[in-house]
Amino acid sequence: MNIEIEEISKAFGTTAALHPVSLSIPSGTLVALLGPSGSGKTTLLRILGGLEFPSAGRVLFDGADATGLTVQERRAGFVFQSYALFRHMTVFDNIAYGLRARPRKTRPAGPEIARRVTRLLDLIKLPDIGARYPSQLSGGQRQRVALARALAIEPRMLLLDEPFGALDARVRKELRQGLRDIHDTTGLTTVFVTHDQEEAMELADLIVVMSMGRIEQVGRPDDIRARPKTPFVREFISA
Amino acid sequence: MTDITPTRWRPATTEPALVKWSLTGLCLAVLTVLLFAPLIAVFDEALRRGWAFALASLGDPDAQSAIRLTLVVAAISVPLNAAFGIAAAWAITKFDWRGKAWVITLIDLPFSVSPVVAGLLFVLMFGANSALGGWLVANGFPVVFAVPGIVLATMFITFPFVARELIPVMLEQGRAEEEAALTLGASGWRTFLTVTLPNIRWALLYGVLLCNARAMGEFGAVAVVSGKIRGQTTTMPLMIEMFYNEYLSVAAFTMASVLALLALVTLTLKSALEWRYADQLAATHRHH
Repeated sequence: MNIEIEEISKAFGTTAALHPVSLSIPSGTLVALLGPSGSGKTTLLRILGGLEFPSAGRVLFDGADATGLTVQERRAGFVFQSYALFRHMTVFDNIAYGLRARPRKTRPAGPEIARRVTRLLDLIKLPDIGARYPSQLSGGQRQRVALARALAIEPRMLLLDEPFGALDARVRKELRQGLRDIHDTTGLTTVFVTHDQEEAMELADLIVVMSMGRIEQVGRPDDIRARPKTPFVREFISA
Repeated sequence: MTDITPTRWRPATTEPALVKWSLTGLCLAVLTVLLFAPLIAVFDEALRRGWAFALASLGDPDAQSAIRLTLVVAAISVPLNAAFGIAAAWAITKFDWRGKAWVITLIDLPFSVSPVVAGLLFVLMFGANSALGGWLVANGFPVVFAVPGIVLATMFITFPFVARELIPVMLEQGRAEEEAALTLGASGWRTFLTVTLPNIRWALLYGVLLCNARAMGEFGAVAVVSGKIRGQTTTMPLMIEMFYNEYLSVAAFTMASVLALLALVTLTLKSALEWRYADQLAATHRHH
């Protein structure tokens, strides 16, 4: 699914989190929103997911206006910064949540849900943890469960907020490849937020560098490295 | 560093035995004087003339009516306050809106207003001398000196318990899990039932138990609005005072024992539940 962002702005009270920004994301791309904290990247991601609504501007999914769609209607697989796993449910129930929340007409039967959860657990390479609680998992395992839970709803796109932020360096490297693999198998348009330029360079097809609620530059990792457009980008990339 | 030879190794957060025992002892002494001794004294006084005599005093029709009324009032006001408390805590912690700080202060109001003043407030509003009260009486629905007034006063006094218990817990848990449920397609109501409610159930239970204890024990506000009509608008705490003033001390202390027992039963229930679900409790708390 391609995503079109047209002149989106967002103000919280009197402070502008996003100045009008426009961005076009081709279907199937793995995009990094890169910038320091306070650059508006998370706000933009949450607007795509329907968790925030823009003060002005439009969002188009496959050419259709999606600005007014509710968070449920967006069907965006969202991975939260601290994963937000349901702490009182087992891993299995966490992953099954989205399927069980469907209206009766489209809800898969119990055995079908179990089959899909098992398949997702295989996909994240953690086949045996279905009966555990989130508190019994390591950080890296939690991140992968959050990813599986987001994928369970057969999302139209995948949105990840600092997916590697809470992990130590070694696990982070490992999971980067994991995300890349999942993106390549599913072919989903994927947008992730990061403040780590190395992570963005290594993982993304397209990097959107943001600062102070504005988009500074959009480009492929090589382009951005070779030809930074603004002093901010040059400094941020070399940091 | 050879000149520093530790004589005895001790963890940094541990105190010497003398300090430990004297602090524990002091704590127990205070608890005994303030808590255990009076409680035992109440039961002791009730049973001074034997079980049969004590139980007979509960058979008094006025005493029975008081027990019934207290249970009815608690049965109405506690569920309502639980619902309102959840709604208030949900609105305060999961959404941002103007005037939020003001509403939080308002929730605390019943704690800072004297119960007698609260009672008078309801008499002024719903009493036969006010326009609203006059109309209500004329239409056969008296509030003051009747059960509705007692329920209202009890609800006013006990309103903060559930909300106060829930707000810190819900603030600490944040909104991420609810947002996750929404992105997975759950409706707001489903999110509340399957994510929010299970996460707050222990705080909720605790708030409800406190609310219940206070609802059954409330004296001041109820004394003003009820008019203390024997056998009709007299709750257990009011009945205890009446018996006591009439020098029926066994009856007074027996009724007080029943009230204390009701509180002890709720506390035991809570401990039993905590013990039964210890695993789940730990799982919910450790996750960060």
